[in-house]
Amino acid sequence: MNTWVYVDHFKGTALPASWEAIGVGKTLGTVKALVFGQGVEALAKTAFEYGADEVLLADDPALADYRAEAFAATLGKLAADGAPDLLLFPTTTRGRELAAMAAIDLKTGVMVDVTALEAADGKITVTRPIYAGKLLTKETCSSKPLIITLRGRAFPKPAQQAGKSGTLTKVAAATGDFPTKVEGYTTSEGGVSLTDAGVIVSGGRGVSNNPALTPPSGLDEKQAEIWKAQQGFALVKELASVLGAAVGASRAAVDAGYVPYPNQVGQTGKVVSPDVYIACGISGAIQHLAGMRTSKVIVAINKDAEAPIFKLARYGVVGDLFQILPALTAAFKKKLGK
Amino acid sequence: MKIVVCVKQVPDSAAKVVVENGKISWGDAPLVINPWDEYAVEAAIQQKEALSGTVTAITIGGEGSKDALKHALAMGADNAILISDPALVNMDTQATAQVLAAAIQKIGGVDAAFFGRQAIDSDSGLVPAQTARLLKWPALTLSAVIKVDGSSVRVARGVEEGRQVVTAKLPAVFSLVKDFGEPRYPSFMGIRKASRAEIPAWSLAEMGIPAPASVITWPEIMNPPSREITCEVITGGSPTEIAEALADKILAEKVL
Repeated sequence: MNTWVYVDHFKGTALPASWEAIGVGKTLGTVKALVFGQGVEALAKTAFEYGADEVLLADDPALADYRAEAFAATLGKLAADGAPDLLLFPTTTRGRELAAMAAIDLKTGVMVDVTALEAADGKITVTRPIYAGKLLTKETCSSKPLIITLRGRAFPKPAQQAGKSGTLTKVAAATGDFPTKVEGYTTSEGGVSLTDAGVIVSGGRGVSNNPALTPPSGLDEKQAEIWKAQQGFALVKELASVLGAAVGASRAAVDAGYVPYPNQVGQTGKVVSPDVYIACGISGAIQHLAGMRTSKVIVAINKDAEAPIFKLARYGVVGDLFQILPALTAAFKKKLGK
Repeated sequence: MKIVVCVKQVPDSAAKVVVENGKISWGDAPLVINPWDEYAVEAAIQQKEALSGTVTAITIGGEGSKDALKHALAMGADNAILISDPALVNMDTQATAQVLAAAIQKIGGVDAAFFGRQAIDSDSGLVPAQTARLLKWPALTLSAVIKVDGSSVRVARGVEEGRQVVTAKLPAVFSLVKDFGEPRYPSFMGIRKASRAEIPAWSLAEMGIPAPASVITWPEIMNPPSREITCEVITGGSPTEIAEALADKILAEKVL
């Protein structure tokens, strides 16, 4: 199968799900990787090291920043000429949007956020979660090319083979008067992105309930609650920092104003699948569980032994998270030699 | 400013959704307006309040889907249209986008179309960008901040790395994320107005388009494999003892 893989990146740094997509493409045949941007030839080299047989490199000032219309036009033109059988994208914000537009341009459908893929007799059937993972559906597409976006961390990342190379083909960016202009970026606080994270430490409403704390005077009730929550989330962040983990939160914690929305895990937040998910003071509302149930090892720390989170957890601690978390941070520091 | 907001009726996010006898069931959980779409309705109403104009809510579905439109009306939308046709079943996203784009064109003179980022049932998140592509309008997806100035618009979009600030010209398609800000609750007056509203239904014939062909099919919908798991509760004489034991267990999983 003639498979093309879109390599999603930000300022030349690829999102890891792009390499996972190359790995999937290689199981089906030859892979052409698409690298669009400005000054991104190094990224093309990395694409070879992850297994691409050929790289179509559109290196152009017009592609310096991701703009849906300019990128989709470049992609659409290449695909119309090159006639791939299958286009794979990582399910990132840009990957999902480009796949959506490419499907309109190429008059086909998109199978989105796929977590499993079977190929038999030249036909592909995918599996993907719906209802935030409460259900799974199989999907097929009757038109060509097939367009599939692959969920990050659902497929193995191929080993990087240093020095491996392939055919580098320079292609032109689509020209035209595209309607959007990128003014700049405001970056997030940094830290590890939730959807790429191997380890996530998450806090819920319980993180604001430390009875041992006395808020500074002069705060009203809501401010005092937020202050307490911030002290609690500091413990979550310390553990996350020792583990190189991302920080997550339940919807309750986000709605209460303890943490910003980009940290929310669940049906109306991010769906994550880390190797280890440590839930602190999260009872486990169904909409939260939907967003993290495929984590490999789930650890729950909660004072309520009846909390639904324990039904998904491999390990549980029924106790006071304000005592357990600092002790756990200290234990990992010691055992990991940090 | 002439604004359209596209909404969908979905099972409540708290619903326990299962497959029973090959059919999706959400028990007695209510059907509600898709939670993301409430942000879209909020954004649409804020634009109308700032710049004057009208907000029209549209959805595709049966009689029951009118409830999602009524929610939008109760929040402050001016009118609503139900797109309903026996041919509109089992649609994939590009078919849905074709119908919505046709409806937006039939309404005519629209400056902005607002969507939630995705529906919480099908979880595709493709329809806003696909509708934009069909209309040949800029797609300003995942917007957290929207500022309209004349025919120009500036948005901050939520991306993996933070926010991307983009400018474009209207008309445009927007999809909204949660950090746009809390959607308002329907007012008492709004609910009264919505309950009395006449909601016209448009068929494909009235829209003058053929039934769009879906290319994606769903041969099987399944319950996810159950997690056969018993929780091992870690106990100990002190927080330190518990933490040490828990850290050892996690390290023994060899996933860190």
